[in-house]
Amino acid sequence: MSARRRRVLLVSSSGGHWTELRRLAPAFDACERVWCSVLPEMRAQVAPDAFHLVPDASRWNKLRLLWSALRVALVLLRVRPDVVVSTGAAPGFFAISLAWLVGARSVWVDSIANAEELSLSGQKATRVATLTLTQWPSLGEALPTDAAARRRGTVYFGGSVV
Amino acid sequence: MIFVTVGSQLGFDRMTAAVAQWARARGRTDLFFQTGATAADLRGFASEPLLGASEIARLYDEADLVVAHAGTGSIIECMLRGKPIIVLPRSAALHETRNDHQFATARCFAERAGVHVAWSEAELAPLLDRAVDPRGGITGGAGIGPHADERLLAALRAFVAE
Repeated sequence: MSARRRRVLLVSSSGGHWTELRRLAPAFDACERVWCSVLPEMRAQVAPDAFHLVPDASRWNKLRLLWSALRVALVLLRVRPDVVVSTGAAPGFFAISLAWLVGARSVWVDSIANAEELSLSGQKATRVATLTLTQWPSLGEALPTDAAARRRGTVYFGGSVV
Repeated sequence: MIFVTVGSQLGFDRMTAAVAQWARARGRTDLFFQTGATAADLRGFASEPLLGASEIARLYDEADLVVAHAGTGSIIECMLRGKPIIVLPRSAALHETRNDHQFATARCFAERAGVHVAWSEAELAPLLDRAVDPRGGITGGAGIGPHADERLLAALRAFVAE
């Protein structure tokens, strides 16, 4: 790893997505962790790490989706992460889709709630994420230890949050 | 105390009303309902549509039993604490969620100790009767740690370091 600590932006919506995202925290102990989600009370849950608030949105409200995407883009430009991580749903998908704005690599960890098929946002994220992981062995290929053997757009099984 | 929770997004009266009906029939008032939007008759019970994170954590801590929709957030909170949880999956056909992913979640988590599934609201009362009977065989699991499994953490560490 380079001398500078890598900056990792962790993004999700609320509920189970946020519960799952926080369980990934120790993977980034050697990094500068910055969080981004949808409820003000979450700031205290991840302190002393930095936290950015964005609006949540579902695919039923297009205008709100656009607003959420714009706010996520602004967070990306402010934080300038090296890596973007998300467990879903909409704000995380936007962060992964827009990671190219700041040249960040991205990893989508599909929620453990999706046990029989990838979530809708996960299926879309697979097209843009550097790495897509499912938490169910039946939904992905074994994750190669060698990064060069990995293919973009393929879903890999890499363990689970529980 | 029995904590009944529908999660942070949508009401779930099929579950809320069935649990309230069971409690009335058994003369119990030691329940707390987190309901979302609801039309269920909850007179005589403590209830709130939505709760803050610290309040939710306190209720999970104090509950002897949790009844919830089959959301991963609710399930993980109970696994963390080694508490028994009874889940009722939301149905897409009944417009309780956009697809049947909670049935998949329930099928997969049903194998974990402490997670008990009511496949329909009719199965709630018999499960609740067993859960409040010390010999009913409805118990919590051993409890899980606060973080994702080591395999997932290692995969993410390696990805950041690439």
